[in-house]
Amino acid sequence: MVTIFNRKAATRDAPQPNDKHRLSRRDLLKGGTVGLGAILVISGSSIIHPEFAWGLDTSNLKPETMVTLIQLARDIYPHDHIPDRFYAIAVKPYDAKAGEDAETKKLIEDGIADLDKRAGKGGYIGLGWEDDRLAILRKVEDTPFFQTVRGGLVTGLYNQEEIWPLFGYEGESYSKGGYIARGFSDIEWL
Amino acid sequence: MAAPYDLKDDSVVVIIGSGAGGGTLGNELAQKGIDVVILEAGARHEYEEFTNNEWDSFGQLAWVDKRTTSGDWRVARDFPNLPAWIVKSVGGSTTHWAGASLRFQDHEFQALTHYGKVKGASLLDWPITLADLEPYYAKAEDKMGVTRTNGIAGLPGNNNFKVLKAGADKLGYKDCHTGNMAINTAERDGRMSCQQTGFCFQGCKWGAKWSTLYTEIPKGEQTGKLEVRPNSMAQKIEHDKSGKVTGVVYVDKDGKQQLQKARVVAVAGNSIESPRLLLNSATSMFPDGLANSSGQVGRNYMRHTTGSVYGIFEKPVHMYRGTTMAGIIRDEARHDPSRGFVGGYEMETLSLGLPFMAAFLDPGGWGRSFTSALDQYVNMAGLWIVGEDMPQEDNRITLNKNEKDKYGLPIANVNFNDHPNDIAMRDHAYEQGKALYEAVGATRVFPTPPYPSTHNLGTNRMSEKAKDGVVNKFGQSHDVANLFVSDGSQFTTGGAENPTLTIVSLAIRQADYIAKEMSAKTI
Repeated sequence: MVTIFNRKAATRDAPQPNDKHRLSRRDLLKGGTVGLGAILVISGSSIIHPEFAWGLDTSNLKPETMVTLIQLARDIYPHDHIPDRFYAIAVKPYDAKAGEDAETKKLIEDGIADLDKRAGKGGYIGLGWEDDRLAILRKVEDTPFFQTVRGGLVTGLYNQEEIWPLFGYEGESYSKGGYIARGFSDIEWL
Repeated sequence: MAAPYDLKDDSVVVIIGSGAGGGTLGNELAQKGIDVVILEAGARHEYEEFTNNEWDSFGQLAWVDKRTTSGDWRVARDFPNLPAWIVKSVGGSTTHWAGASLRFQDHEFQALTHYGKVKGASLLDWPITLADLEPYYAKAEDKMGVTRTNGIAGLPGNNNFKVLKAGADKLGYKDCHTGNMAINTAERDGRMSCQQTGFCFQGCKWGAKWSTLYTEIPKGEQTGKLEVRPNSMAQKIEHDKSGKVTGVVYVDKDGKQQLQKARVVAVAGNSIESPRLLLNSATSMFPDGLANSSGQVGRNYMRHTTGSVYGIFEKPVHMYRGTTMAGIIRDEARHDPSRGFVGGYEMETLSLGLPFMAAFLDPGGWGRSFTSALDQYVNMAGLWIVGEDMPQEDNRITLNKNEKDKYGLPIANVNFNDHPNDIAMRDHAYEQGKALYEAVGATRVFPTPPYPSTHNLGTNRMSEKAKDGVVNKFGQSHDVANLFVSDGSQFTTGGAENPTLTIVSLAIRQADYIAKEMSAKTI
């Protein structure tokens, strides 16, 4: 079962062991988990963003794979004002699909492994500069793996209603009576 | 009180499709007291059910049955199984269209005469003139409530239009206004006025935009002479030994095959499905498909020379607010070969919501060049190019020999190559669009490639001589007297104008002709 969950940031002093998603950052770090980059933390099958209080469980893909997928999604469609969780939501369906379809699982795991191999020691996620990661992506952009991930993001990322306001797109307007009285012709700078 | 007709009733006119052509023809015939059954492949969604959400609406309305593509057009690469963005629902693509209702120009009906022979193009004059169609254009404009006709005021211009107009003024264009739109500026014909909601392509939830779904079809049903049968996918048109058509085989809402008998059959399934149906109706008597002794069925597929230009400005535009096609520039619609191409093009404002902008701005694009454009979504203005493309024999719909639909019939393949004239026109239009937005201060401009085709035309074309086309000047098959084509596939050439008004006008004219021939018992 894959879940994206938002949680209130746990405090360091009050871990709540009954809820594995509400681990404190300190618990994660001392519990033998691996910190990737500076942001996402893997704990067992969970990926947790300790600063911004969201997490993701994986069931079928390796959690490391999911972390790299999230980075890959951002590198394909980089919007610096869009937080990671939206990219995570966009690639999350691959985990479920990997459980239903061995080919998808192989496509994703092999694709990520290939990125890591091309990146050398430290893997894809270890490349600190976007340009270095893009140099790799340009070599693989015609592969089914890359095109599958990119194609899925077109709807997976941009069709999330929650991100529309971050682009200034107002979405549904019928229930508000359209824009006839809400600025359809309010341009003033011309 | 829609009339249900018996499957064995062979006195009815069966129309395949309920869009601009089929829906209009159905109502016009019913008003004359003629019994009509419309077979519509899609479901019936009334306008209250439409949704202000691009992908959800696409799922509700779009024709997504698989098709294949070939040729050098970019759509074949970007959207290999979606050559056209048209509708499978009662009302057809009149649910989705933007409402632009333009008459053809006089010279466009005689393209071969005015343009001369163009290498590689299969240009032909229509067997009718503007004068022939003018009375029907007038009826259609009244029926549809087209702005700037019949004393109807133009729509107010939205922000996207204001940017277009400012650029048009800077470039010296003279013929720029908020268009001839089949969208109510005030209540008319029992429908309310435009609320500038901005989801014209997703179906107008106010009913302010004309669609056969809530005009022609209910009006026809009220006569008791029209039955619309949704979820009824036509498969094959049958004929007797004399070669007259006798009925239509279709799959009904329960997936069962049925045969509806008919006195007359009119095909209006849009320019991909209509030729597919005729080709799938081949028999030993008509081995190349029905109505196809000329070999022209499926050929001369046109899609208008299109493309979009989006400009990014320093300050907000909010182009998505208000009517999608909020205005037009007609100065480039003239035929003026000094520009390096024959025919002309219109420039019309266009807007997509964020989800569709992401899908269509640069299909396949990625990285910061792409995303930095979307980051400026609020500051974007956009226009769409719609110009006359050259008919070409090998731009055509064929049956895919290898792929079948779920009922076992071959699906359609759409082959299209741009003609050099199409490319020259598009490049010219991109330059003009770029200049227009830069004149208003655009900091970045995007020449955006054509979307899947919305204007699908020409695959059962009208011709004076039987050898040159599929139907005569009334849309009647040259080969089979009681078989008609009633959609945009009968267009001999495409003109520069959005085709719906012409399709509706031809349908009104065709209804008069069918009624006359039926009472004369020639069909």
